[in-house]
Amino acid sequence: MALILELAVQGTQMMLVLLLAPLLTGFVRKVKARLLRRQGPPLVQPYRDLLRLMRKEVVLADNASWLFRVIPYLIFAATWVAAALIPTFATGLKFSWTADLIAIVALLGSARFFLALAAMDVGTSFGGIGASREVMIASLAEPAMLLIVFSLALVAGATQLSTVAAFMGSPQVGLRVSLGMSLIALVIVAIAENARVPVDNPATHLELTMIHEAMVLEYSGRHLAMIDFAAFLKLLLYVSLISCVFVPWGLATAGAGPWTYVLGVIFYICKLAASGVLLALFETAIAKMRVFRVPDFLGAALMLALLGTLLLFVSRSL
Amino acid sequence: MTLDAAVLLWGVASLLGTAVLAIALSRTPDSGTRLVYGLTLGISAAALLVLVSRILEDPITPSTAVLPVGLPWIGAHFRLDALSTFFLVVINFGGAMASLYGLGYGSHEPSPHRVLPFFPAFLAGMNLVVLADDAFTFLLSWEFMSLSSWALVIVHHREKDNARAGYIYLVMASFGTLALLLAFGLLSGSGGNYTFEAMRTAGPTPLVATFVLALMLLGAGSKAGLVPLHVWLPLAHPAAPSHVSALMSGVMTKVAVYGFIRVIFDLLGEPTWWSSVIVLFFGGLTAVLGILYALMENDLKRLLAYSTIENIGVIFVSLGLALAFKANAMPSAAALALTAALFHVLNHSFFKSLLFFGAGAVLTATGERDMEKLGGLIHRMPLTSFVFLVGCVAISSLPPFNGFVSEWLAFQAVLQSPDLPQWGLKVMVPAVGGLLALSAALAAACFVKAFGITFLGRPRTSAVEHAHEADRYSLAAMLILAALCLLAGILPGFVIDGLSPVTLSLIGSRMPVQMAQPWLSIVPIAESRSSYNGLLVFVFIAISASAAAYVIHRFASHALRRGPAWGCGFADTVPGSQYTGVSFAQPIRRVFGTFVFRATERVEMPAPGETGPARFNLEIHDVIWETLYLPIGKALDFATDHLNHLQFLTIRRYLTLVFLFLIVLLLVLALWP
Amino acid sequence: MNGLTFDIAHLLAGGLVLVSFMMLYQDRLFALINVFALHAIVLALSVAWQAYIQDAHHLYVTAAIALIFKAIVIPVGLHRIIQRLGIHRDIETAVGIGPTMLAGIGLVTLSMVLMLRVTPDADPLAREDLAFALSIILLGLLVMVTRRNAVSQVVGFMSLENGLVLAATGAKGMPLVVEISVAFSILIAFIVIGVFLFRIRERFDSVDVGALDDYRGEHR
Repeated sequence: MALILELAVQGTQMMLVLLLAPLLTGFVRKVKARLLRRQGPPLVQPYRDLLRLMRKEVVLADNASWLFRVIPYLIFAATWVAAALIPTFATGLKFSWTADLIAIVALLGSARFFLALAAMDVGTSFGGIGASREVMIASLAEPAMLLIVFSLALVAGATQLSTVAAFMGSPQVGLRVSLGMSLIALVIVAIAENARVPVDNPATHLELTMIHEAMVLEYSGRHLAMIDFAAFLKLLLYVSLISCVFVPWGLATAGAGPWTYVLGVIFYICKLAASGVLLALFETAIAKMRVFRVPDFLGAALMLALLGTLLLFVSRSL
Repeated sequence: MTLDAAVLLWGVASLLGTAVLAIALSRTPDSGTRLVYGLTLGISAAALLVLVSRILEDPITPSTAVLPVGLPWIGAHFRLDALSTFFLVVINFGGAMASLYGLGYGSHEPSPHRVLPFFPAFLAGMNLVVLADDAFTFLLSWEFMSLSSWALVIVHHREKDNARAGYIYLVMASFGTLALLLAFGLLSGSGGNYTFEAMRTAGPTPLVATFVLALMLLGAGSKAGLVPLHVWLPLAHPAAPSHVSALMSGVMTKVAVYGFIRVIFDLLGEPTWWSSVIVLFFGGLTAVLGILYALMENDLKRLLAYSTIENIGVIFVSLGLALAFKANAMPSAAALALTAALFHVLNHSFFKSLLFFGAGAVLTATGERDMEKLGGLIHRMPLTSFVFLVGCVAISSLPPFNGFVSEWLAFQAVLQSPDLPQWGLKVMVPAVGGLLALSAALAAACFVKAFGITFLGRPRTSAVEHAHEADRYSLAAMLILAALCLLAGILPGFVIDGLSPVTLSLIGSRMPVQMAQPWLSIVPIAESRSSYNGLLVFVFIAISASAAAYVIHRFASHALRRGPAWGCGFADTVPGSQYTGVSFAQPIRRVFGTFVFRATERVEMPAPGETGPARFNLEIHDVIWETLYLPIGKALDFATDHLNHLQFLTIRRYLTLVFLFLIVLLLVLALWP
Repeated sequence: MNGLTFDIAHLLAGGLVLVSFMMLYQDRLFALINVFALHAIVLALSVAWQAYIQDAHHLYVTAAIALIFKAIVIPVGLHRIIQRLGIHRDIETAVGIGPTMLAGIGLVTLSMVLMLRVTPDADPLAREDLAFALSIILLGLLVMVTRRNAVSQVVGFMSLENGLVLAATGAKGMPLVVEISVAFSILIAFIVIGVFLFRIRERFDSVDVGALDDYRGEHR
C-alpha cells in the first residue's frame, strides 16, 4: 500500500510538472504584458502553441542528420527527468535518491550539450552563433551552480534534495549570510539558464542578440514543440528548485495524510505564482545586456557563490 | 595464484619477441602488420584474462618474482599487488584495443617498418614499469617506455613539426627521468638499498619527503602532462599514428600516475597535509588551463591531447584530496577520493582511446586533422560519428556516461572538506572544487566544438566529400570502447567494488560495498547524504524519450518536408559561412583568453571606396611557453656560447679545472654535517 | 549566545562584505556612490544591532553618525561634485572586473584564514566581526588601487574606514570618543580631498591621478 502511494506521488509529480510548466510561462507572459499596460495573450496560450506546433508539418533542412531529429526528444526527456526529481509539493519522492542535486545539474548540462550540437547540425551561421554563446554562458553558469550546491551541501550536510529541503525547513538553519549569497547567485544562474532578460530575450527574433532562439532557428513543427516544452519545463524546474530550497514551507513529507499533499500542491502553486510575478517584475524593470556584459554578470554569480562557501566556514567554525 | 607475476613477465617477454619478429618481417609489410597486431592483441587479451581472474579471486596477496638480470648484486624484482593489478588492467586493455584498431588502421600506414617493432616494445615497457619492484628496474623500464614511444612519435619525421615534437619530447622525458632518479636516490637513503620493500620500511625524514614529493611532481608530472611541464604532450601525442596516440594519451599518462601513486601513497609513508596543497594547486591549474588550451585548438588530435592534460588535472585533484584526507586520518574520505581518481584513470583510458581512434578514422578517411577543413562527416561516416559522439558525451562528464560518475565521486570527496582541521585546506578545497566544475563545463564546450565542427554542418572542403566509413576492425574497437563508456556509467558499483582492494592496501579503508545497495545505486557515505543511480537515470531518460516520441508519433502530424536551411533572409550557400572552430571559441576566448592567452583580436576594415578585403587578425600567446621555456632556452644558448671557450684550453688549464673541482668536492664533504 | 542574535549580526557583517564586493563590481561613478551609501546604511544597521545586543548606548550615536554623514551627506556631496566636474559619464578603466573580483575573493580568504587562526579563544562574535572587518579594509584598499579616478579612490578610502568602525564596534567597550574622532577625521579628509579635486581639475583639466604622475615626470 505504502509503495503504491509513493509511486502515485511520484507519478503525480511527473504529471504535475508537465501540466504546470506551460501555465507558468503563460502566467509570466501575462503579468509582463499587464505591467506594460497591454492585454497580453491568454494564460492557456502556451498550450495552444504546443498543440498547433504538433499539428504542423516539419520542415527539415536539406542536410539535417539523424541527430537533428533525435535531439528534441532527448532534450525533453532529460529535462523532464530532472524536473521530476525535484521536490515540488512533497519531499521523500520514491525515486529522489536516483540523482542528487549535482546529478540534476549535470542532466540539464546534457540537455544543453545536445541542444548546442543540434544548433550546429545544419551548418548555418546562426546556429553557430547561438551554440557558441550558449556554451560560453554555460561555462560560467555551471560552475556557479555547482558552487551553490557546495554551499547548500555544506550547510545541510547532503546533496540529496529531500534532505536539503528538510534541513532548510527546520529552525536550526537560522539566518546565514552565505545562504543569502547563494540565493542571489542561484537567481542569477536561473535567469541565465532560462534565457531570460537581461541575459537573453525570449521574445526577440533579432539575430544579433539572440542566443536560445538562434539555436532552435531550424526547428519546426513537432520538434520545435518538444524543445519549447523542454524550455517551459526548465523554467518550472528552476523555480521549483529555488522554492524547495529557500522557501521549503508547506512541503508534504513522506507518509503524511492525503490532505497534506493537497495542501502541498496549493502551497506549491502559490509559490509558483509569486515567483512568476517577481520574475515578470524583474524582467520589466531591467534592460537586456550586451552579450559581452553577460560574463561579468555571471562572474558575479560565481564570485558570490564562492564567497558564500567561504563565509560558511566563519559561521560553521563556532 | 602466486605465479601471476611470472605469467605476466612471460607476456612481456613474448611482446619483446614480437618486436624482434617485426624487425624480421619488415620486408613483407602487409602480412607483418596483421601478424604483429594479432600477436599483441592475443598477448594483451591473455594478460587481461590473468589479471581479471586475479581480481576476482584474490587481488590483495602480492605475487613476486626475481630475475637474475640487471645490477649483479640485487637482480630485478617484480611484484604484482592490488595497485599494479589495476594499472595493468588499464594498460593491457588499452593495448588490446589499440592492437584491434591497428589491425585495420595499420594497413594505411605508409611506413609500417617504423611502427611495427616499436609498438610491442612500447607495450612491454609500460607493463614492466608497473611490474617493477625496485628502483633500478623501474627506471630502466621507464626509460625503455619513453624511448620506444619516442621512436613512435618520430615515425613520420618528415612531416612538418614532427621532428621538433620528437626533440622536445626527448628533452622533457630525460628531464623527467632525471627527477625520478634523484627521487629514488633520496628514498633509498645512504644505505643504497634499491628495492621498494626497503624503501617502504625506511620511513624518510620530513625534509627528504618534501624533496621526494617535488621530484615526483617533476618526474611523473612531466610524463603525465601537469602544467607547466605539459609542453611536449600536445606536440608528441598527435604526431604518432593514431592508435599509438591513443596509447600514449590513454595509457602512458596513467603509467605516470601509477608512478606518482606508488611513491607518494605507498613508499613515502604518512604524508604531510601541506603536500596535498601543492598537489591540489597543480591539479586544479592543470585541469582549467588544459581545457582552455584545448578550446583554442583547431587540430583535432591536438585538441584531444590538450584535453588529456585536463583529465590528468582532474585525476591529480582527486589524488590531492586523497592525500589531504589520508594525512588527517580520515580514511573513508581518503578512500572515496582515491576511488574517484582511479575511476577517472579507467574512464579516461576508455574515452580518450575511443576519441583518438575516431580522430584516426577521420584522418584516414579525409587526410585531414584540421577541423576547419572538415564538417558534415556524420553523413559519410555514420557509425564513426556515433561512437565519437558517445566519447564526447562521456568525456564532458554528462550523465548517464562514465565520465560523470568519477566527476561526481570527486565532488562528493570535495564535500567532505569541512571536517579537515587545517584552515588553509578547508578554504582551498571548495575553491578547487569550483575549478573542477569550471573545467567540466569548459570540457563540454570543447567537445561541442570538436564534434560540431568536425562531424556536423556542411563539408568545408572537398577532402570530406570522398570520405568513407572506417574499416571493421577499427569500428569494432571503437564500438567496444563506447559500450564500456556506457556500461561503466550505468553500473559504476562494479567498478567501485573492483577498486576497493587498491584503496584497502594503500589507505587501509574502502568505500562501502556498492553491490549491496538496492537498485545498483552508488552511495559514497549514506543515502540521505548523496546517492546516484546511473542505471535508473538511463532507464528514465530512455522511457520518457520513447514515451514522448510515441505520443508525438501517435497523435501529432507526420508530415515532413525537406527544404533549404533558413538563414534569416540571407542566401547562405557557401559552406565557408558556417561557424568555424576559431569563431566558435570566440566568446570563451573573450572571457578567459585575454587573461590566460593575452589574446588580441584586430579587425582591419578597408577605407570606404577601397576594394581590398577586410581582415581579422587573431593573436594568441602560449604564455607558459614564452615565459618559462623560452628564457631557459635562451639561457642555455648563452651558456653554451660562453662555455665554448672551455674546448680550447691548454692541458695545464684542464688539469687545473679538474683539480679545483676535486678540491671543491672535498670541501663540501668536509663541511657536510 | 542566542542563535538568532548571532545570526543577525553575522548577516549584517557579511552583508557589508557583500556590498564591498558590489563596489568592486561597479564601474560607473554614480552607481559606485550609491553603493557606498548602501554600505554606510548596512554599517549603521550593524552598529545599531551591536549597540542593542551589547547594551551599549553610545554605539547608537556611532550608528547615527554613520547613517547621517556617510549614507546621506557625503554621497549627496559627492554627487554634486561629480556633476560640477562633469565627469558623471566617465567609465573607469580599472583592471577589469574579473581579475579584480578574483583578487577580492583571495583577500577575503586571506583575512578569514588569518583571523580565525590567530583568535581561536576570542568571543565568537568579535572573532567573525574582526574577520569581516579585515576583509572590508582589504577590499577598500583594493578599490583604491584598482581605480584611476580620484573620486572612486575617495570612496574606496571611506569604505575602508567603515571596516575600521565595524572592527571597533565588534570589540566590546571601545569608547565613543575614538569613533567620533575617526568619523570626523574622515569628514575632514573628505573635505580636503574635495578641495584637492578642484585643484587638480583647475590645473590639469582631469581628475585622473595619472595626470599627477605626468606632472612629476613619471611614466605609467
